[in-house]
Amino acid sequence: MENINIILPEIFLFLGTCTALMVGVFFKNSYNIVIKFTYLILLFSIISIFLSSVETSEFFLMSFVRDPFADFFKSLILISCFFVLLTSQQFIKDQKILKFEYPIIILLSILGMFFMVSSNDLILFYLGLELQSLSLYVLAAIDRNNLRSSEAGIKYFVLSALSSGLLLYGCSLLYGFTGSTNFDLIQNELITKNTGAVFAMVFILVGLAFKVSAVPFHMWTPDVYEGSPTSITNFFAVVPKIAGIAVIIRFMGKPFDNILIEWQSIMIFLSIASMILGAVAAIGQNNIKRLMAYSSIGHIGYALAGISTGTVSGYSSTVIYITIYIVMNLGAFGCIYLMRKDGLYKEQISDLSGLSKKQPLLAVSFLIIFFSLAGIPPLGGFFAKFYVFMSVIESEMYALAIIGLLTTVISAFYYIRVIKIIYFDDAKNNFDENKNFNINLTVFLSCVILLGFLIYPSILNNTVQSLF
Amino acid sequence: MNFPILSTLIFLPLLGSVFIFLSNKQESNKGAKYVALFTSCANFLLSIFLWYSFDPTIANFQFVEEKNWISGFIKFKLGIDGISILFIVLTTFIIPICIISCINSIKKRMNEFLISILILETFMIGVFCSLDLVIFYLFFEAGLIPMFLIIGIWGGPKRVYSAFKFFLYTLLGSVLMLVAIITIYWSTGTTDIVEIINEIKIPSELQYVLWLAFFSSFAVKMPMWPVHTWLPDAHVEAPTAGSVILAAILLKMAGYGFLRFSIPMFPIASEYFTPLVFVLSIVAIIYTSLVALMQDDMKKLIAYSSVAHMGYVTLGIFTFTKYGVEGGMFQMISHGLISAALFLCVGVLYDRTHSRMISDYGGVVDYIPKFSFIFIIFTLGALGLPGTSGFIGEFLVLVGTFQKNYLAAILAGLGVILCAAYMLWLAKRVIFGKIINSKIETLKDLNFSEMLILVLLGLTVLVFGFYPGPLFETMGVSVDNLINNYQLSLKENIVTNN
Repeated sequence: MENINIILPEIFLFLGTCTALMVGVFFKNSYNIVIKFTYLILLFSIISIFLSSVETSEFFLMSFVRDPFADFFKSLILISCFFVLLTSQQFIKDQKILKFEYPIIILLSILGMFFMVSSNDLILFYLGLELQSLSLYVLAAIDRNNLRSSEAGIKYFVLSALSSGLLLYGCSLLYGFTGSTNFDLIQNELITKNTGAVFAMVFILVGLAFKVSAVPFHMWTPDVYEGSPTSITNFFAVVPKIAGIAVIIRFMGKPFDNILIEWQSIMIFLSIASMILGAVAAIGQNNIKRLMAYSSIGHIGYALAGISTGTVSGYSSTVIYITIYIVMNLGAFGCIYLMRKDGLYKEQISDLSGLSKKQPLLAVSFLIIFFSLAGIPPLGGFFAKFYVFMSVIESEMYALAIIGLLTTVISAFYYIRVIKIIYFDDAKNNFDENKNFNINLTVFLSCVILLGFLIYPSILNNTVQSLF
Repeated sequence: MNFPILSTLIFLPLLGSVFIFLSNKQESNKGAKYVALFTSCANFLLSIFLWYSFDPTIANFQFVEEKNWISGFIKFKLGIDGISILFIVLTTFIIPICIISCINSIKKRMNEFLISILILETFMIGVFCSLDLVIFYLFFEAGLIPMFLIIGIWGGPKRVYSAFKFFLYTLLGSVLMLVAIITIYWSTGTTDIVEIINEIKIPSELQYVLWLAFFSSFAVKMPMWPVHTWLPDAHVEAPTAGSVILAAILLKMAGYGFLRFSIPMFPIASEYFTPLVFVLSIVAIIYTSLVALMQDDMKKLIAYSSVAHMGYVTLGIFTFTKYGVEGGMFQMISHGLISAALFLCVGVLYDRTHSRMISDYGGVVDYIPKFSFIFIIFTLGALGLPGTSGFIGEFLVLVGTFQKNYLAAILAGLGVILCAAYMLWLAKRVIFGKIINSKIETLKDLNFSEMLILVLLGLTVLVFGFYPGPLFETMGVSVDNLINNYQLSLKENIVTNN
């Protein structure tokens, strides 16, 4: 009998999701019950991760791996999902998307991510990825009476299905050329030169780049971000990114570790292209959700820059980066939820004009979060970039470092343009009085973490270093 | 000495700003002004005490504080020597003056303005205290945020353009410095400035690249020709207090950066690139002086004269002679006082007539004699009249330059004449002459607070003009040490090359 502890969080999450589904089906107007139940499932899942923590160990014939790395990412997924749900409640009520499927589908997609993060086998990995992707298609179109939301769902489905196909093709090629689906065995097989496996790697990388929306596979991002309801955009911008980055690190660090030379230049290209496009394309945006879409593309570029070094310090810098990125994005979307006037949600950046006179506290939150997104010291976003460029320069990739930092300057332009509209322009709108404790708590926590990060930056550093 | 006096200096203004932030948020909140004034004055007294207890006979860093920050990697290390103490005192002296001056000139959102200024003070003192490259970068860059807000919120009609230009120019210059700092860490294993200066010799090939990376940041901040164009825009649009801080302190960070980083850490590259710095400085002195002659906006004229005066500073520092470096230092302090005062004077006129155009004035002396008297003193100080602090700095720089290069010295001397030309012409057109504008006749003379700050600045300028001893005593040993180390490492380099 193998130790069931290893897979306890997944079992717990699965059973919880099924129970929530039953509750949702058999009760009338069950949204409120289900959402509370979902909070509980998320909290207990985190607890179960900590309680059942084990040494690195494998399960299911070596196809499932439980290690500190997976535990860290699972906790990150759960925590960020908790805050996404917490902040979106008011929005869901206002937009009348009170469908009990919403939290359940999110739970299912998280289950898929859990398996992605923990997978040590191509088949389990693909199953997890598909569970996650299918849930995401439904989420994008969840506001089915809204034309834009349906459009976003279809767009996302078509493109994502294509990329899943490419990924599956890559997986099958990899199996064909190495004779195994297990990551460890593939890694050993690739010590000798294997041209077919390089093809497979390219296909898999394309599929993964699509999932994290790295340029040139980013086309869906702005449309889906803009079209989906804000609560879904918030989820899209945060949670799948964590899983995507974790899987990329897993792939590059394990099965493809021995063909570093082959994928490094591709990764550098993805990184540079994402950074440049994220910086340049965002300049002309007037919709804040589109702006956040391009901003997330740019940020993924920086995260990939850390991975492209192929060193442990590079991977850990990416983990730090994505953690701080999540804190910033949760805060930023919290602020976006507060752009609410007479129950309607505003999305134009110009709606923010003169906010600092009406709601100084919200304006200060925007200030902190957007300067942090721009990577200006002494805020958290600077440290994220700092660690990434530390590892990039350690690997003597000066060109990547300089291009990356120059794009920081370009992207600073559109971040401070938002600050300019908030602080320098004349007041136009009067947003509703904000009494939503959940959103305030999230934004406050985000700002405190970003400001306080410089007091004790080692805490994240030490945690992440123990993962590898 | 166990009391962390430098940390207190850095974080006291921050504490004050937090206090204001948490206090009442009414538009006209008297309490906030007193809190800000009190914190900044307390900080000034603390820095005077620091200067008093500073031992000028030791070249090493004093009052060193060290804490672990990012484990096993970066330490939070502070300390001062004879060079940085002067900048700290200058900063803490200018900030209360700014706060008093904004009582008259800032009409809206006073609390936020005071918060910005106090946070800026924290960052500026941090820049001058930090003994770790990363900490230095952190403070150096962080100052952009409050300054961006000061220009953008309280500035003139073209404030948005100027704020963006200021922010992006400076950020662009600085990112290369970040690359250089990280490179230094990976090639030497530390970012501790003291350790790098005293124990580690950076290979000369690497020095050239790193020097250029640091230079790109400092040249923008200084600002040196041809990357100076953000300065006139920023100065013109910024509110008076913002211009004062910009001219008096922010520009000095670059000069300080040359003295603290470029020369001691990369001596070979500094020697190699001296001709470049000389050419840029001379161009700055002559070209921007000529541009200043043609300005019809008073603030723009003073902004261009700042660029020219900073040209003397870089010229002096890169002579690597005792006279030159001390002259450059003195010029920075003196320019900090004089340009601050000139911007305040323009601010006084602007508050009354809401015009900065020279052509709108003339014959001011008949109606506001006290103001005119003080304005003339600072004009003479700016052109370097003996007896004012401006003279000593320029004179020493020219002496130092003569030891190195005759041609450069002669051209720089030409700049002094041009400076006299535009400054005197400015005084002639604004203070004297016929009254064209009827508004002039209704002008009121200086009120108490304006009188107070201008007289304080004027006295300092005159005292240091007649008795510059204390400044030279404070910086002397540190400057000697700087030059000796520099020449030593040059000799070593020649020996190893042969």
